[in-house]
Amino acid sequence: MTEKQKNSKESKKEPVEHVLVPKHEKISEKEKKELFEFHQIEMKDLPKILITDPGIKHLSPKENDVIKITRNSSTAGKAIFYRGVVSE
Amino acid sequence: MVHEKIFKEYEEKIPESLISEVKKHVPEKITEAKLKKVLDEVEKEYRYSLAAPGECVGVISAESIGEPGTQMTLNTFHFAGVSEMNVTTGLPRLIEILDGRKTLSSEIMRIHLKKPYSGGKDLDKVVARLKEITLGDLIEEIDTDLVNSKLVLKLDKNQLKKYNVNSQKVINVLNKSVKAFKFELQGNSIEVLAAEGDADIVQLYKLKEKLKDVYVHGVKGIKQVLVVKREDEHVVLCAGSNLKDVMKLDFVDPTRTMTNDIFEIEKHYGIEAARELIVRELMEVIDGQGLNVNVRHIMLVADTMCMNGKVLGINRYGIVKEKSSILARASFETPIKHLVSAGLMGESDALSSVIENVMLNQPVPVGTGLPGLVIKTAKKK
Repeated sequence: MTEKQKNSKESKKEPVEHVLVPKHEKISEKEKKELFEFHQIEMKDLPKILITDPGIKHLSPKENDVIKITRNSSTAGKAIFYRGVVSE
Repeated sequence: MVHEKIFKEYEEKIPESLISEVKKHVPEKITEAKLKKVLDEVEKEYRYSLAAPGECVGVISAESIGEPGTQMTLNTFHFAGVSEMNVTTGLPRLIEILDGRKTLSSEIMRIHLKKPYSGGKDLDKVVARLKEITLGDLIEEIDTDLVNSKLVLKLDKNQLKKYNVNSQKVINVLNKSVKAFKFELQGNSIEVLAAEGDADIVQLYKLKEKLKDVYVHGVKGIKQVLVVKREDEHVVLCAGSNLKDVMKLDFVDPTRTMTNDIFEIEKHYGIEAARELIVRELMEVIDGQGLNVNVRHIMLVADTMCMNGKVLGINRYGIVKEKSSILARASFETPIKHLVSAGLMGESDALSSVIENVMLNQPVPVGTGLPGLVIKTAKKK
């Protein structure tokens, strides 16, 4: 493996660091079920995030995953937001 | 803090900002029971302040942004041209963001620098590295020698030194980008000859214009560079935007460098970063006009624009297109187009939203119109 390839592979696993990018996490199937039950929603009701989105590249997402986003909010301090992964 | 445990308990129930505010205001020696009472009261008030289900927050946001917007038109041009650079502000910028335009009237990058540079070290070098230099910036004059059918470019030594470019590099760049001509260094000037045979006059004149725009050095797209001091660090403002190339430079702090191009941010940092940028840019415009709009309304707009995983403008090509109801789409703009295409495709309308029910004179699913009734019937024996 050349130096360049090594670098690109490493950087893929690391989350993007930028003041604008909040923390993205993938939630487990169990958490996903609980979330859907609590709010009485389905996958299609969630806001979407593209599978190719640079913010979740390090999570190696699959379709129908749910991403938990912890935003720094100016009103609530921290705000939690969920997005469902879609392919297009 | 002594009662860290109790605060932790309430973290799920009330937002972080309220907890920290309570922490700031309660006396140090408060008893556990009293603190709980305070927090319960805070929770009660917080729940009371939440938007009720079925409240039409969109209409409230529209009013809250629209009303100050009418005042904005009057004083748009008084504030134009801030900080020596031509920045689009006021209503034109507001419309630009909300419409989701891909080409902006003025792209601005704000580049934060890494440690020694942010303190003011080698700023002239930083500027020289950033600014896009074309051949036109580096030459004094172009002589057209019609007898020998060649061009003579006289290099400007001061400019070369200023931008830290040597003449050999210029030759290399030219040979690479213009294939049909040969470039040779003769002392302080460059001779341009046709690669094969003689070039005619028309060709030479065309070449002359073309050469001026050949990119030599710096970051492509950065037209103007300005160093300003913001809160004891030096920040570089640039007209023009090229996030990808700027991030590669070693003196740039990639975690804070920003552009006002929402689509560029979306491409490099994703939809959440784009949403955050929309909120910031809109608030900046509104604050810059001396108006007062609550950030919650702006957040709602930004959330709506970023709902689908990509940034959509608030127009008939953006979020209105995503509406499921045909009548709702038709009521916005170009009704005939929507109705005809829906008719051709045999679409149906579930009448689940507001505007289509207004059209049909039915109760709208908003406020008390939202909940339905569930009745428990006696079981059949």
